[in-house]
Amino acid sequence: MKNAFPRWTLYAGLIVLYLLHNDLWYWNDGTLVLGLPIGLLYHFGFCIAASLLLFLLVTYAWPKHLEVDSPEETRQ
Amino acid sequence: MTITVIFVYLALVLAVGTLSHKLFRGTGEDFFVASRSFGTFLLLMSLFGANMTAFAILGASGEAYHEGIGVFALMASSSALIIPTVFYFVGTRIWSLGKRHGYLSQIQYFRQRYDSDFLGLALFVVITALMIPYILVGFMGSGITLNQITNGQLPAWLGGLIVCAVTLTYVTYGGMRGTVWVNTFQVLVFMTFGLAAFIVIFKKLGGVENGMAMVAAKHPELLIRGDKIQPLQLLSYTCIPLSVGMFPHMFLHWLTAKRAATFRYTLVFYPLCIALVWIPSVLLGVLGSVDFPDLKGPAANSVLANMIALYAPGALAGFLAAGVLSAIMNSMDSQALAVGTMFTQDIVKHYGFHDRMTEKQQLLYGRLFVAAVIIITFVLSLVVNRSIFKISVWAFTGFAAMFPIVTAAIFWKRSTKYGALASVFSVVVLWIYFFIQAGDTPDYTVGGTGVMPVAVILAASAAAMIIVSLLTKPPKQEILDKFFAGDGFIASTKKLSESEKIVASRA
Repeated sequence: MKNAFPRWTLYAGLIVLYLLHNDLWYWNDGTLVLGLPIGLLYHFGFCIAASLLLFLLVTYAWPKHLEVDSPEETRQ
Repeated sequence: MTITVIFVYLALVLAVGTLSHKLFRGTGEDFFVASRSFGTFLLLMSLFGANMTAFAILGASGEAYHEGIGVFALMASSSALIIPTVFYFVGTRIWSLGKRHGYLSQIQYFRQRYDSDFLGLALFVVITALMIPYILVGFMGSGITLNQITNGQLPAWLGGLIVCAVTLTYVTYGGMRGTVWVNTFQVLVFMTFGLAAFIVIFKKLGGVENGMAMVAAKHPELLIRGDKIQPLQLLSYTCIPLSVGMFPHMFLHWLTAKRAATFRYTLVFYPLCIALVWIPSVLLGVLGSVDFPDLKGPAANSVLANMIALYAPGALAGFLAAGVLSAIMNSMDSQALAVGTMFTQDIVKHYGFHDRMTEKQQLLYGRLFVAAVIIITFVLSLVVNRSIFKISVWAFTGFAAMFPIVTAAIFWKRSTKYGALASVFSVVVLWIYFFIQAGDTPDYTVGGTGVMPVAVILAASAAAMIIVSLLTKPPKQEILDKFFAGDGFIASTKKLSESEKIVASRA
């Protein structure tokens, strides 16, 4: 089955997200959205986006070759 | 009331640490890395707890009081992406190498990967020199915080001594297992406290919207970044979380995972844990500017205690103390265990016993060194100047700047021991240079440009690794065979037998 998210797209996603961390566009914007300053709400959303991207990373680009069976499991 | 809550909390910590001993297997591997047996939840709690110092509770609210909401972007959300990414690329591979070759400390890995005792020794000296002030500040911080929270009822030295005694007991008795069980309990305590304080205080103010509207009316500059943080500062500050790649306690915690797959959901939940702890701290710090407008400098670190005293006196004040102690102890215990492990594995075992120590000897020396590290740092905390706080802050810069060493060791076959040594040397020289340059300027940036010194030292360290490696003889084929396979990332997929592990660890 074809991987829905090739590894390189997820690595590129990490770089894009890293760049989006520098939100110059909200630097001087103190508007309150949902009761929170928009600059803070944006970075709260950033944390959620990071979590989602990491979910995709561990689901579609997990380095399976790193796994090492423990001696007990090997014996079984 | 506050003192009662503190002592109940410490008794629970001791009980959890003692209970963990029931699973102790009596081996060195169990004492140092809990027999590599932890699942996702314990791994998440221990990695997160070891990274969250008291700063996340008191320092974050104090910084937000002065600098506003930008503190979250600067220190928290960048970590939410970078720390789990380091775990993904570096942590999982270190775990795999550790499991294959039986490593119990990061020095063992670097010594064998670069086939150099001298590099191992140099790293041991630099890492210990950066780590000790960090532990020391934990003791000083716990004493001072307990003194403040109890309104002077507990003198700072007594607070530090109590924390020292409790930490000493559960770390030396329970080793890594005791430390991680206690860490888990502590993380749950400070997360619960943070959320409870946030909910109670904002409820009294009529909700977050009302609270923020009050801040907008009185201190609108705290709701933006304005000129309090420079864009280049935000960008270069993202280098700081790379320090997790070289922290010895992070290395030890990675080794405790049962399987590589144990890391998966740890990575996914890590950013959410950061948001859960930091958002309440930052919002309460900003809100504190309305009720306590005149806190100067470090006095702002007491803004959270002041807010609780104003809006929720009584039980919550006691929980604040428990939360702060949790945050302090769950970093300090891991750090002391890591330094004790390095002394045992990398000095006594390697040089004194030529890598042939019995399990009993490893346990004895492990406990002795962990106890010695805790006792000596506590005694030092009573006599050293408070300017030591500054060194501990700079410790992050030192560890982050050594990140190219672990990256090259894992991913770059052509990297050599001389490249690694040049990298260590450049970090030491530039770290000292910038430390002196910064003097007493808390917001020092390179030439006032906004660029943090860590970005410059990191670039120099990477350049030194690349240039010197390319100019020196490539590593031996047998080293490459041991550490790299076809995918260029890691050693062969063949699992080493127990006898091979012993041979490898003696190499």
